[in-house]
Amino acid sequence: MSQSASVQRRAPRAPAAPTPLWVRVLAGVAAALVLLPLLGVVLRVEWNGFLERVTSEQAVTAMGLSLRTAAIATVLCLALGAPLGIVLHRMRWKGRSVARALVLAPLVLPPVVGGLALLYAFGRRGLIGGPLDSAGLTIAFSTVAVVLAQTFVAMPFTVLAVESALAARGERLEVIAGTLGAKASTTLWRVTLPSLKTALATGAVLAFARSLGEFGATLTFAGSLQGVTRTAPLEIYLAREGDPQTAVALGLVLLVIAVTVVVVAFRPLGRPR
Amino acid sequence: MTLSVTVGVESRRVNAQFTVPEGTTLALLGRNGSGKTTILETIAGLLAPDSGAVAHGDRTFIDVADGVFLRARDRHAALVSQADSLFPSMSVLDNVAFGARARGASRSDARATAQTWLGRVAAGDLASRRPGELSGGQARRVSIARALASSPTLVLLDEPFAGLDLESATAIRALLAETLRGITTVIATHAALDAHTLASHIAVLDGGRVAESGPVTRVLTKPHTAFAATMAGRVLLMGTPESQGIRLSTGELVPCETESVAAGATAAVALHPRDVALEPTGIADVVTALEPHGDLVRVHGARLAADVDPVAVPLPQPGDSVHFAVKLAGSAYSV
Repeated sequence: MSQSASVQRRAPRAPAAPTPLWVRVLAGVAAALVLLPLLGVVLRVEWNGFLERVTSEQAVTAMGLSLRTAAIATVLCLALGAPLGIVLHRMRWKGRSVARALVLAPLVLPPVVGGLALLYAFGRRGLIGGPLDSAGLTIAFSTVAVVLAQTFVAMPFTVLAVESALAARGERLEVIAGTLGAKASTTLWRVTLPSLKTALATGAVLAFARSLGEFGATLTFAGSLQGVTRTAPLEIYLAREGDPQTAVALGLVLLVIAVTVVVVAFRPLGRPR
Repeated sequence: MTLSVTVGVESRRVNAQFTVPEGTTLALLGRNGSGKTTILETIAGLLAPDSGAVAHGDRTFIDVADGVFLRARDRHAALVSQADSLFPSMSVLDNVAFGARARGASRSDARATAQTWLGRVAAGDLASRRPGELSGGQARRVSIARALASSPTLVLLDEPFAGLDLESATAIRALLAETLRGITTVIATHAALDAHTLASHIAVLDGGRVAESGPVTRVLTKPHTAFAATMAGRVLLMGTPESQGIRLSTGELVPCETESVAAGATAAVALHPRDVALEPTGIADVVTALEPHGDLVRVHGARLAADVDPVAVPLPQPGDSVHFAVKLAGSAYSV
């Protein structure tokens, strides 16, 4: 269409709302609480030999595995967590709050317990793992198990993000779309999901970050096989004993990756919509 | 394909019943908060009522007793809502094209149709904008285009002229008068003018209930209830018919033609305040409010009202005792 070539108009920028001094003080304390340990890590890094440490075969393998599995887990968290958030929000029966609490359980469960739970479900003698194992499909202690563990602990972030965004905006527009003849799936793709862009981005970033740092559930459910299940956090944990400098160096690399992802992915969130 | 509506929504104190014959337009005339929006949103499928039934021809939209609730998509009822209801993630053009796209038209066909409709509501130049960049009146016009472009069998307009400037209101009124012909329509409005120009029938809504309904001319010129008379900008006087006029219960005689009043019936006459004056004698009343009306002042009493020229006559103040005199009463009718 000829109209689509027109200039992008943008709403005028509003000044920031004034912030009381005490809020700014508390914000400073909060920032210090987070930044001081990070600074501690950075200061401990021995730059002499840093490159060799983080490019050793073991390190590169672990880091690559971490990035791959965390990326797949993030996609799974979006593809499964968003539908779960939508269904949770639209549920009309009384069990909704219980259902929500159960779905969010991985947030409060110690990751090691989460790993055990996954083992009981998908392990060789687990609920589903047993039958799958007899069919020749073994999940536990494989790369699939790593992804499963990460998805398990990280999915609540996408579920929560989607559900709270829906709760905040209501679903009037969805019904309006219906009055115009739209099917449920048309409405979902063209009305609901575009309006959830911010929430989905937030959920994805949190899920990716959580997946990248996953340790306990992975160790319990997937083990620590180099190149198969030994992700960066596990590699760091192993190295911590004999070679703390490698541990610190790898930790810094993880930190840089996480910060980069958040900066890039959160960029659209700062702008007024 | 008559639209029959019975809606009860307790929390909003709505309990209304009316029907709209196929292809006609009904004006739901009422003040803010009288339940107009609740009723329209119930018909469209945005609200589930506590009680009642809504049906369009043989299609039942809602039947609370039978547990029937037809989803909005299958009602083919387009709502032009007063609240902001455009899709913020789409351009204005895609908003208007949405209905056609949803019912299977190709993207280019839907956009071409949408562009035509935008032109009809004088919003063709807004096509590439986002809803967030529109003024209230522009958004209303786009919303009207979107509803009409979805080829509905039922059109629900909630205060379609609110927030429009005089020029676009006039243009949209003409467009609606033309496009709604033959389509069953309900227009919620607080202005008798909208009923006059667009509707064939009126249901006057007072506190969630239909106070009075009937053909537009009848309800606006010969209202049976004081509320309907007020909405029509008139004052209703009722009494016993006599050969010289109507005898009020307080004893005064309002001179008027009473031939058409059936014997033994209550006679009524709907007066326009411009046909009433303040005189030293007449119908005694107490002033309740003064309201500017052009270059005249409308003096409201508890029973009557008069348009007074403030330059010629000293204005009474609220609380003052006055006498209203009827200059011209037309003919009385039975109620």
